[in-house]
Order: sequence, then C-alpha cells, then structure tokens
Amino acid sequence: MTALADYVGPSRWWHNRSVRRFMSHRLALLGLAMITALTLACVIGPWLLPYDMLQIDIRARFAPPLTGDHYLGTDPLGRDQAARLLMAGRVSLLVGFFAMVLSTIVGTIVGVIAGYRGGWVGAALMRTVDGFLAFPSIFLVLAIAAALKPSPAMITVVIAITSWMQVARIVEAEVRSLKEREFVQAGRMLGLSGTHIMFREILPNATGPIIVAATLTVAHAILLEAYISFLGYGIQPPLPSWGNMLNGAQQYLATAPWLAIIPGAAITIAVTSFNFIGDGLRDALDVRDDHI
Amino acid sequence: MRAFLLSRLSQSLVLLVIVSIIGFTILNLIPGGPMAQYGLDPGMTADDLERLKEQLGLNRPIWAQYLDWAWRLVQGDWGHSFRDGAPVVSVIGRHVFATLLLMGSSTVIAIALGTWIGIRGATHRYSGFDYVATIGAMVALSIPTFWFGLVGIYVFSLQLGWLPAGNMYTIGDGSVLNYLHHLILPSIVLALVHVAIWSRYMRTATLDVISQEFVKTARAKGLSERRILMKHVVGNALLPMITLAGMQLPSLLTGALVTETVFTWPGMGRLFLDSLGYSDYPVVMGLLMFSAILVIAGNLIADIVIAIVDPRIRLA
Repeated sequence: MTALADYVGPSRWWHNRSVRRFMSHRLALLGLAMITALTLACVIGPWLLPYDMLQIDIRARFAPPLTGDHYLGTDPLGRDQAARLLMAGRVSLLVGFFAMVLSTIVGTIVGVIAGYRGGWVGAALMRTVDGFLAFPSIFLVLAIAAALKPSPAMITVVIAITSWMQVARIVEAEVRSLKEREFVQAGRMLGLSGTHIMFREILPNATGPIIVAATLTVAHAILLEAYISFLGYGIQPPLPSWGNMLNGAQQYLATAPWLAIIPGAAITIAVTSFNFIGDGLRDALDVRDDHI
Repeated sequence: MRAFLLSRLSQSLVLLVIVSIIGFTILNLIPGGPMAQYGLDPGMTADDLERLKEQLGLNRPIWAQYLDWAWRLVQGDWGHSFRDGAPVVSVIGRHVFATLLLMGSSTVIAIALGTWIGIRGATHRYSGFDYVATIGAMVALSIPTFWFGLVGIYVFSLQLGWLPAGNMYTIGDGSVLNYLHHLILPSIVLALVHVAIWSRYMRTATLDVISQEFVKTARAKGLSERRILMKHVVGNALLPMITLAGMQLPSLLTGALVTETVFTWPGMGRLFLDSLGYSDYPVVMGLLMFSAILVIAGNLIADIVIAIVDPRIRLA
C-alpha cells in the first residue's frame, strides 16, 4: 500500500529531495531572506524615499543617520545616503549578477571542452586556466580596467575575464569523470556528434556543481567590483556603487564614520548571503569539492 | 625525487610562458599599446611616431614582438619607469620588503589562529564553538578587506587611540618597536580572510587524520587524547597546509594591495596603484608579471617542501 501511495499523485518541484534539503538548511534560508530583502529594497526603495540620489543640499552636509528624513545621513555634498545606497545596490548587484552569468558561460564552455576532448586541447585549456589563476585577481582587473574605458558594462566584462577559471576547473573535473559513464558511450555508439554529447548529454548531468560555483561567483564578483570601485577604477561617479561610495570615505572617517560603515555593511550582507546560499546548495545538490 | 623535481620544474616553466603571453596581451590592450607614453607628448608629430614605431620594432609581426619582449624580461631588462626613469626592477625592489613583511606577519597570524580554530573545531565537532567558527569563517570571507581596515582604523586609531592609522613607521623613530606598532593593525586586517580559509581547511584535514587507522592504533595503545593530538594528528594535518600556503599567495597579494592602500603602507600594492594613477605602464606591467612570477615560484617551493617532508608525494 505504501508503495502505491508513493506512486500516485503528480510530483511537485517542492517534493524534490534537493529542494527539501535546501529548505532545511537554516543558513541558506537566512541568506536567501537577506538577499531577497536587500534586492527588493534596492528595486523599490528609491521610489519610496523622499530624496533623489543626485539631489545636492549643501546646508545638510554630513548629517548623521536619522537626521530628519535622511535615514542614513548625508554625504559631503548633502546627498541622501539612503537613496545613494539603494541605487548603488542596483548597480553592484547587477554588475555582480551579469559578471557571474558571463564567467559561468565561459567557464562552462571551456570546462566541458577541456574535460571531454582531453589530450592536448584539454591540457592547453587547463594550463591557460592555471595561467590566469597565477595572477592576483586585483592586479589583473586593475591593469585591464585602467586600460579600457570604465563603463558599467566594461567593468562587468573585466570582472568576468578574471572570474571564469574556478567554474572551468570544476566543470572540467566533473565532465572528465562523466564521460566514462555508459550513457555517454551509448551516445557515441548512436553516432551523436561530439557537440551534442558534450552539451546535451553530459552538461545537464553537471548542473549541480555549476549552480554552486555560479552562486559563489556572484559573491566573488560583488567583492571584486567593490575593490576596484573603492580604488577608483570601477564604476565612476556620479553613478554610485557600494565600492565607490567608500572611495572618499576614508578622509571623513573621524567626522562622518557612517559614510564608510554603511556601504561596507551592505557589501558584507550581500556577499555573506550568497556564500550562505552557496553552502546550502552544496549540501542540497550533493556537491563535493575542497572549496570551503 | 629528481624526476619529481624535473617534472614540477617544467610545469612551472610552461606556466611562466602562458603567464607571459597573457601579460603581453594586456600590454597591447592599453590604448596605443607600448607607444602610449609617446602619444601623450604634444611635441610628437605623426611622422615622429611612425619613425619611433619602426625603431622600437613595433611594425614587426606580433610573435616577433612577443619573443623580443619575453627575452628582455628574462634578461632582467623590464624597462624604465616613466616617472623618474629608474629601471623597473629596482623600483619594484625598493617596495618588495614592505609587502613581504606585511604578508609574512599576516601569514603567521593566519596559521596560528587558523590552526587552533580548525583543530578545536574538528575535535569538538558540532559543538557551539564549531558552529560559531563555521559561520564566522563564512562571514569573514565576505567582508571586504578595505572596509575591515577602515573599521579597524576607526575603532583602534580614532576612537581608542591604541594603534597608528597608517604608514610603516613614525618619521624620526626608526626603532623596531615603532615598526611593530605600525605593523599590528594592517597585519590583522590582511589576516582575517586567511584565518577563515586556514581554519576551514585545517578542520577538514584534522577530521581526515582522526579517522585514520594509526590514530585508532594510538588510542588502542592507551595514549592520552592530548598526546595523540599533539604527536600524531597535528603534524599530519599540517602537511596539506603547505600546499594551501602556496595556493593562498594570489589572494594574499590581492589583500595586500588593498590593505596597503588603506594604511598608506609603502609596498608593491601601493606602488601599483600609484603607477596606475601616473599611467606608468612599465611599472604596472612589471608588477603584474612580478606578482605572477612570485605566485608560480611560491607554489613550486611549496610543492618541493612538501615532497621533502612527505615521501608519499614524490614517490607517487
């Protein structure tokens, strides 16, 4: 009878074992809640606030948080810090997200080809991965970013150029072990093309590790954007990003510490959320790797 | 051992070649490429630029230019700084010590703290301490280094007045104590991420060792838990950490660049940013290549050390 009970009824996605495991991972849920709240605040918040992010009010310079309607205080030009923080959030999260998309696509393609073809093609691709990993990421990003015109799209591309290697490594290892399996041999005997086997047969079986790596890449990309914008080579003012809001904050540290503390806290919350979610996904999708 | 050394050495050489190709590509990405410095000079006519291009060999095929550039790199001719005309190698040389000092002291902190946290987490698995350490490590990995530095300066320099907010020493006071006093805060800031990473790996490594047969044997012999831990577990768990120390070099250098900026520390990271600000491309390229070479050399040394300490590696 129980066997029959298991059988009847349509299967829903929330009955899925991985989904259930993820939902029982408390840290991951906390991360999901935090990043959802932050994203919603960034999307909706700017319309609800009484100030525009570019509205300069010299009389209200350096207002500490909770002065009147300036919930998070004002900056050296008297611009509302809350409005700027939320607009900056849109920029930082978008840059992080698209950098993740780009680097996941590149890393997956490189990893699948290297893992499936093997031989000298695989060796050449994986040694290139090692070569990129030998550069401290910030040196590479800054050298490229300083050479190119810093638009948000360009910054996204530059971050992706220096972040695709981890995905490539994970995918390569996964594909290398998958290609020995029977279903791949069956595909070969059926005369399927290499491209078909790589991307239609093997890749769907490697989604778990890719999803985990992609989640951690968002965290990495947000941090990297913050670093280069803080150093002045990322997103350029007046467009705010969490990183460039901190750019001038050090000189006002003694008189207006909130200028430094608040955007940094936003970065930390966003990145922590993605790291928590990644941790939960790793448990839920049964991904083994030596990453922390 | 000889075969191991040779194969590992050749791998590093291949990696160096790949790194140099990536570096050369970036050099040519810069608007105007290697000609950038002359293009800025208003006294230059188009004819002058063309002649200069011929002189510098920039009309030759790209692979010939690459070989020429790489050969000069090997010979130690890394060009001259646009700023003061000093050879790039000596400019970098003047800043290496400060960075290595900072990285070294941070590594000591990371190893000491991370090892302790990792071992305690493994021996007291799923305890309150273990949970706090696990979550703490994930949060520590998410904190931007420069922000942690700013918060550190705010608390310890501006509010409490315990530690200096920047620089390597007070002018006119060259005592070792003064250097150490300035070293404390930046070292802790740079160490944070690495304490987190080190403790996670150490926890995993310790758990691996604890489940081994020889630990059971030691228990069966009736050795005390403390003795087993000190004599049999810690040493074996620390072995893979040698590799980890090499692997952490790129992120240590990245952290050093940001930390040096916040603390006006006169190291390579600060030099890199200053050079970017002045469009001093020879120094920028030199530092880019030097950091990659440092990473490759560090990993090679780590592998050789672990092969000497652990015969299983070199015989495998």
